[in-house]
Amino acid sequence: MKLEFLSFEFDKFAKEMQNLKEKKGFDYLVTIVGEDFGKSEGLGCIYILENTTTHERCSVKMMAKTQVCGDNMSSNGTGDTDGQAVSYIPTVSNIWRVADLLEREVYDFYGIVFLGHPDMRRLFLRSDFKGYPFRKDWKFNDKYSLEDDEEPDYGLEYFIDKDGCLQSKQNKLFTTDDYVINIGPQHPATHGVLRLQTVLEGEVVKRIYPHFGYIHRGIEKMWEDMTYPQTLALTDRLNYLGAMQHRHALVGVIEEAMGVELTDRIRYIRTIMDELQRLDSHLLYTSCVAQDLGALTAFLYGMRDREHVLNCMEETTGGRLIQNYYRIGGVQADIDPNFVKNVKGLVKYLRPMIQEYMDVFGDNVITHNRLEDCGPMSLADCVSYAVTGPAGRASGWKNDVRKNHPYDMYDKVEWEQCTLDTCDSMGRYLVHINEMYQSLNIIEQLIDNIPEGDFYVKQKPIIKVPEGQWYYSVEGVAGEFGIYLDSRGDKSPYRMKMRPMGLSLVGAFDPMLRGQKIADLIATCAAIDVVIPDIDR
Amino acid sequence: MEVKKPYIKSVPYEEWNDNESLEKIIDELHEGGVNVITGSLDRLINWGRANSLWSLTFATSCCGIEFMACGCSRYDFARFGFEVTRNSPRQADLIMCAGTITHKMAPALKRLYDQMAEPKYVIAVGGCAISGGPFKSSYHVVKGIEEIVPVDVFIPGCPPRPEAIMYGMMQLQRKVKIEKFFGGANHKQDAEEAALGVSNEELTFRSKLGDHRRERLQVGDGTSGIPIVVTDVPEEFVKELSGESAKPVKVEEAKA
Repeated sequence: MKLEFLSFEFDKFAKEMQNLKEKKGFDYLVTIVGEDFGKSEGLGCIYILENTTTHERCSVKMMAKTQVCGDNMSSNGTGDTDGQAVSYIPTVSNIWRVADLLEREVYDFYGIVFLGHPDMRRLFLRSDFKGYPFRKDWKFNDKYSLEDDEEPDYGLEYFIDKDGCLQSKQNKLFTTDDYVINIGPQHPATHGVLRLQTVLEGEVVKRIYPHFGYIHRGIEKMWEDMTYPQTLALTDRLNYLGAMQHRHALVGVIEEAMGVELTDRIRYIRTIMDELQRLDSHLLYTSCVAQDLGALTAFLYGMRDREHVLNCMEETTGGRLIQNYYRIGGVQADIDPNFVKNVKGLVKYLRPMIQEYMDVFGDNVITHNRLEDCGPMSLADCVSYAVTGPAGRASGWKNDVRKNHPYDMYDKVEWEQCTLDTCDSMGRYLVHINEMYQSLNIIEQLIDNIPEGDFYVKQKPIIKVPEGQWYYSVEGVAGEFGIYLDSRGDKSPYRMKMRPMGLSLVGAFDPMLRGQKIADLIATCAAIDVVIPDIDR
Repeated sequence: MEVKKPYIKSVPYEEWNDNESLEKIIDELHEGGVNVITGSLDRLINWGRANSLWSLTFATSCCGIEFMACGCSRYDFARFGFEVTRNSPRQADLIMCAGTITHKMAPALKRLYDQMAEPKYVIAVGGCAISGGPFKSSYHVVKGIEEIVPVDVFIPGCPPRPEAIMYGMMQLQRKVKIEKFFGGANHKQDAEEAALGVSNEELTFRSKLGDHRRERLQVGDGTSGIPIVVTDVPEEFVKELSGESAKPVKVEEAKA
């Protein structure tokens, strides 16, 4: 989607955004992109919104104002940034709850503060990190220390006082009586290096503060120094179980910007590969849910069948986990001569196997007792917290990008969007199971009819993208995965930003789990399907 | 008495890579011969240790999934005695460092390593753990975990296949099988070692042979590594970089 920005006056910004949500129905905030527009324009943000009934999308561009924080005369002395020039924009975190984490991300990378946001702390980087790495004038520095990070126990809230001065105040994260435990960063149930700082009352969860960045590699910053073909290599290492979809989004945005016309063969191959990848991921997901709840048999069954899926992909792509298959203008190599036969065999094999997981684990009464009503979240909250993917569909939100914004062959095959209205972890598990059947359906319809043609549309050796801004999203394995591209006509992107699938899912832990038992945190975390390298990027 | 060459079932000694390093370790460790009694006891202990290596589950990214695949039905490394993974460093023999280590994670890795009981080993799995891998130019990635902890075995790949991971773990087994437990450098962390974060074995090596870790070019502030020189750049690209932007397009048209 080529982006045409709406823009509002600074003073009316908060009200206009409220209007967009309430009058125009843009109730899903897809992402907030922080950007350094260069010396003349300065820092700003781009908000991408979607109307969940019409699936119409719009984008808003907002430039930040800059002012010295504190009034120099009677500084209240609570802020760490008093006396420094600070860029600011009014917050939208009270309108779309997901903005809470998205704005902290922008603050972390660009140093833009959001007026009225109660908790302006860094999200990914250490709290003693100097500077804001995504600004264009940031001087590269990769020194690190092995000392522990002394994290503040407060978040700063910025506001404009009655004299028009930018002020800040501290909001304490904990009270003195709070019992706080850290789950992670090295914990077997968090599926990676996520840290959840959990405030407990007995064994009941009062509040969860997620901490990210333990696997933050700064991929978006690295992209700015890379040529377009080079950028492709890094996407596979995000959610490594959704390597195909991630790269699909990246090549998709570049191809759309360049106006590349793909052959039908490429579209067929990409759709089949995406669905094979989804099977791979969902198989691992169903296995890991079982393992996290202590059912080792179901785990081994799932991993056994996953190897068959990997075999099918490996013969064509050469990779087991990191596939490196799509490229700008097509795919890396034509499909293997045995591909069609193998995939047909796989589909035949896998269908009864999925029922077996249900027999071994999913239909088990213990599983039902454990997962039902665990980590509940209503439809309205799901939209507000942008819980996309199977987790949102378990609450009845029809958010599948493949249906709403069809790409490749998805609008030409017959398949159903799986939704449930249980709003709990059991529903999330069942949606994953149902989606595996749908993936098999899609593959079955396509595999016999792969048309003849080129598997690669030849591109120039140096790829340049015309000026403009684009956003392209695909249905990743755990939600919407999108890429925003700002090109200045150069051979490397000016700014590329991903919409990770897991960030909003982890942001939703807090509302899901307040008042629930701490053991439910592990079950919810297992059933919501987060992969940390995807969040941290 | 001689130290026996480490034997792994069904793989002949000659077929292993990097036997030279292993022989060097044998020579250094057992300088001046081996006592018949302690040597035999050593073999017994090493046999037990080598066949029951418990690893700490320290999977930060992609390589961790391949490590999981190793433990599952098709590859099943229980055959080698590796199947027990521990979530507590106190109960683990080795860290499988499977994935990228970032600046925020580095203190945690160091602490986990320090918390492990001796003897302890480190395996660096995948490009990221070895050198930063594809993220070498990032501002937030440690360029190889060797900067933080001593590494026993490197398993290259991005990510390495399960076969490669098992090969690497068997290499570690070979290393364990030639260790000297009695009458030699006993594995107990002293104050100096705790401060340096290296094992006793490593310290002995360094005092005799110097720092045997890969050489690092000290440039300016001492953090940058050896510069990478790319030679096979396409001709169009060179022209493009030097500012002749009009010409490459013509070249392309002529080809088409």
